[in-house]
Order: sequence, then structure tokens, then C-alpha cells
Amino acid sequence: MADLEYKVIVGLEIHVHLRTATKMFCGCELAYGQQANSRVCPVCLGLPGALPVMNKKAFEYSVLAGLALNCEIAKFTKWDRKGYYYPDLPKNYQISQYDLPFSEHGYIEIPVEGPQAKKIRITRAHLEEDAGKNTHTSGNYSQVDLNRAGTPLLEIVTEPDMNSGAEVRAMAVELQRIVRYLGISEGDMQKGHMRFEPNINLAITKDGKEYRTPIAEIKNLNSFRALEASVNYEVVRQLDEFERTGKVMVEGSKTTRGWDDAGRQTVLQREKEEASDYRYFPDPDILPVVMTDEWLGEIRGRLCELPLKKQMRYVADYNLSEYDAGVLTGERANAEFFERVVEAGGEPKRVCNLLTQMGLKVANARDCGLAELGLKENDMAKLAKMIEGGDINASAGDRIMQEMMVSDKGPGKIARELNLIQKSDAGELEAFVEAVLAENEKAVEDVRNGGKKSKAARGFLLGQVMQKTKGQANPQVVNQILQEKLKSK
Amino acid sequence: MKKIDAEQVRKVAKLSRLDLTDAEVQEFSGQLSAIFKYVEKMNEVDTDGVEPLAHCLGVNNCFRDDVVRQSLGVEKTLANAPERDDEFFKVPKILDDNSGA
Ligand SMILES: [Zn+2]
Repeated sequence: MADLEYKVIVGLEIHVHLRTATKMFCGCELAYGQQANSRVCPVCLGLPGALPVMNKKAFEYSVLAGLALNCEIAKFTKWDRKGYYYPDLPKNYQISQYDLPFSEHGYIEIPVEGPQAKKIRITRAHLEEDAGKNTHTSGNYSQVDLNRAGTPLLEIVTEPDMNSGAEVRAMAVELQRIVRYLGISEGDMQKGHMRFEPNINLAITKDGKEYRTPIAEIKNLNSFRALEASVNYEVVRQLDEFERTGKVMVEGSKTTRGWDDAGRQTVLQREKEEASDYRYFPDPDILPVVMTDEWLGEIRGRLCELPLKKQMRYVADYNLSEYDAGVLTGERANAEFFERVVEAGGEPKRVCNLLTQMGLKVANARDCGLAELGLKENDMAKLAKMIEGGDINASAGDRIMQEMMVSDKGPGKIARELNLIQKSDAGELEAFVEAVLAENEKAVEDVRNGGKKSKAARGFLLGQVMQKTKGQANPQVVNQILQEKLKSK
Repeated sequence: MKKIDAEQVRKVAKLSRLDLTDAEVQEFSGQLSAIFKYVEKMNEVDTDGVEPLAHCLGVNNCFRDDVVRQSLGVEKTLANAPERDDEFFKVPKILDDNSGA
């Protein structure tokens, strides 16, 4: 085989359901899993004379997303009709945005290997309506449910800046965190709140010449796993096809493929219609939107610290590991609870350990957030201080925390009641140590002789002291006393 | 010479999922050509320095609040459906399913 190098090039189209109470252009309720066709009105049905009117909240949510994605927000934006001939949108067009989207030219930062985040450029983000749902029955017909038709849908298009399946996945995960932080979408993949369409091809260098393989677009992926797997599959498939046929990209053409989850492969669907075939034209029903500086400022005020920034700040300021910082910043409410405990005086690392271990374990089991466990921020800070000061050990901390979830008592009181306070008073502990040394002459000798047995013997003596104090001695203090005693005799 | 020939009419008809007879193709070719000619006439107007119009009303920012309103209900929704299957619209099987907005 000839010398061949290649680079993976992926751009992404993402559709996000916005979390409004009602649809994009009518007052029908947005509800998942309800009786089919129970959330439908003349606007949804595209009946003659029905007038769609835009949901203000959906528009503002979109602008908020645009700002979080560092986009320029258009001062003037309008809506267009896009030809669409499937029964899940009975109007025969989709209300979308063509030449004047509400936002363009942004970027998102995603975590990648190494200390620096990677910038993925955002081409544009626009606001449109979702279609209903077709179900294919075993008979010779399909069923249509229009409950979803008209759901506000944010479409985000990136530049082809991702270079692996893992990066595509990181981008998708980051976007999910962002929309959840902003509260503009639940981002629930199971409910189809986010759908992904990667555009993939390869830049191949062979014998000093560069070739581009034909672009494949994978439709409608709704899990991170399928997204990453489909990109990885395409890389192998395109490389193989290039080696067999030498086929290269023709400008302006791409093929559409689907993901076969069971077979773990992509399957050819069709050659794409050209953009002009959608026959966009301005929608006379929907009035354009003019964005004022004042209004934009008001929306900007609703932004929050974004998850990746928060995560990097936790690593830099609190010295937490990337992993722990990632776990804590997974949900905005959890991160904010953590921050309140730290603000109340809890040492960040101790607080992090309590919250990411016992805290999240219980929260996940109860399907709630850290803030809903009945823990008071001040008490959590006190608990962290008790561990930090050596008054209790870490496992006692977990136990006390569980008790705090069900009682109003403070951690100090609980620790005393459960007899979990460690003895750290050197004078008191010295007597225990001396008694143990007197009872275990053989072990003492082993320690003093050094060599192989020394370490085990030292551990044994520490264990004996712990036993004598019913586990309430502070092991660090005991160790110090042991060290002194074993040296000075 | 017609501005919109039969070939173009067939293409547009196909995109719109319309099944036209040859006679209809001829008829629409004539009608569309007339419309096209009229639009071309308007092209003669000097529009230098005139902003393209996005909407004919000149009104902007018309919104509604995000408040739920009563939907029609399943029965009324399906009342005009040519065919139904329980609470679903029943339609001919969708073969090339590239639906999904
Ligand atoms: Zn409706």
C-alpha cells in the first residue's frame, strides 16, 4: 500500500428542543408521552386562516443560547418557509430561517486532552419548528402524531472543526451541559430533546497529493454513543472506499446515511437534494424581529458562568482534579450548592469528597440534586472543617452526613451522640500507646531491629492502639506518639 | 418562446409532489411564463439603495406569551382526516423516510 495519511473532518448540525410551556407558533402545550394528537390546534394542522404567532420565550431562549455560544446576535431577523413534503408537517412547509438567522459567527469551547480547551466555530444558530412523529406500522400505512409538530427547535451548525469521534462527542456533551445550565432545554436524549447530524469526510494525503473523500451526513442521531460510533465507523468506511475506488468529493454534493444501531454501521439513504430545492421564501405570516441593545442587554443578564469555565476554575482555584471538577459541574444546581458550602467556610477538597461520594450517591438513588438532600450549607461547611481538623475521620464524615439528611442536628452534636469524635489529645493517647508497647514486646523489638518485619510490626502496634480506643483515636496522632516512643527507648 | 418551459414545470411539480398531465404541463407553462414576464417587468424599476423588504406590513416584534391554550382535542383534530387509526392520522406508507425537520 502506498504511503497514506489522513485527517478526519467533521462538522455538526444539532437540533435542540427548547423548554417552553407551549409550541413555537401556537398555544398548544408541549407535552411528552401524552395521547397522540391531543396537543394540536388549527395552527399545528396548517388549516386555512390559522395565524401562527411567535412564542417570545422561545425567541429569548434562542438568543440566550446564541450569546452563550459567543455568536453575533442579529439586529434584524426574519423567518422563511422551507418546502417539506411529509405528513408530519401538514402545512407542506417548515417555518425556519434562511438568509437572516438570529445569530452567526460564534464558537464553543470543548474539553480535549491537555490543558487547553479547543474552540469549535459556530457557523450559525437559527430558530425553527419541529415536525410531528411518523410511526411505521406493519401494515401498508404510517401513523402520524402531531403533538410534537411546532415544538421550538434551535438548530446549531458548526464549522468542520472537529477531528475525531471523541471530539464530536465532547462537543455534544458540552452543548448539553450549556443548554441545561441556561435552563433553555432539558437536553434529555431519551426524549429526543437533542438530535445530531455529523457531516464527515477525510482529507487524505497520498504520494504527496491531497484528496477529499465525499461528504456523508448521518441523520438523526440521538445518543452520544451512536454519535461517536457513527463518526468512527465513517472514518473506516471512507478510507476503505477511497482505497478501493479512489472516489473524491464533488463540490456541493453529499450523501445522506442513517445509523443502524443493531448492526453498528451507517447505511446509505439518498443523494442530497440541493439547498435551492427547498425553495425558501419569506414567510408572510411571521413578522421579523428587531433586536434592540436594551433588550439584548436584558437577555445577556440571564447568562451564567458556563460549565467548562466553572470546571476549569475549580481545578485552578480549588485544586480539584479534572474528574472531580467535571462531576461537580455536571449540573448547575449541584455546582452552586458546592459553591455555597465552600463560601460558608468548607475546605473545597473535603467538601468535594463529601458531595461527590456520599452526596451524589444518595442524590442519584433518589433522583434529585445535592440541594434537595436536606443538607444545610453551614452544617456541611462545619462537617468539612471537623474532618480537616482531625476531629473525625472521613468515614465518620460520611455517616454524619447521612444523619444530617434526616435530622436537624448539627454535625458536632451528631458526632458526639454517635461517639465518632476522634481522640486527638496526645496526653490521653500516650497512656494507651504505652500500655500497648508494654503488652507487645516482640513487636517492639521487630520495629527496632528494622528490616522486613519492621513495617508490619509498626502497623500491628497502631492497630492495637486503635482497638484499645475503640477506633476513636486519631491515627495520625497515634502514629506520631509511636514514632517518638519507639525511637527514644 | 416561453420563459418557463415544460421541463421546468415538471421539475417544480416533482418538488411539490404534484402529478400533472401533459396538458396541464402545457397550461401551467403558459401561465407561469406570464407571471414570470410580469415580474421581469418590475425588474426595470431602479432599486439602487433600496433595502430588500422582508415583510410587507412594516411591523416587527409581534409575540405571544408562553401561556398554554386549549388544543382542539383528539376528535376535532381528526375530524377532517381522510383516514384515521385510533388517535393517529393514517397515511400511505412513507417509503423514503427522510422526514424529521
Ligand atoms: Zn397548536
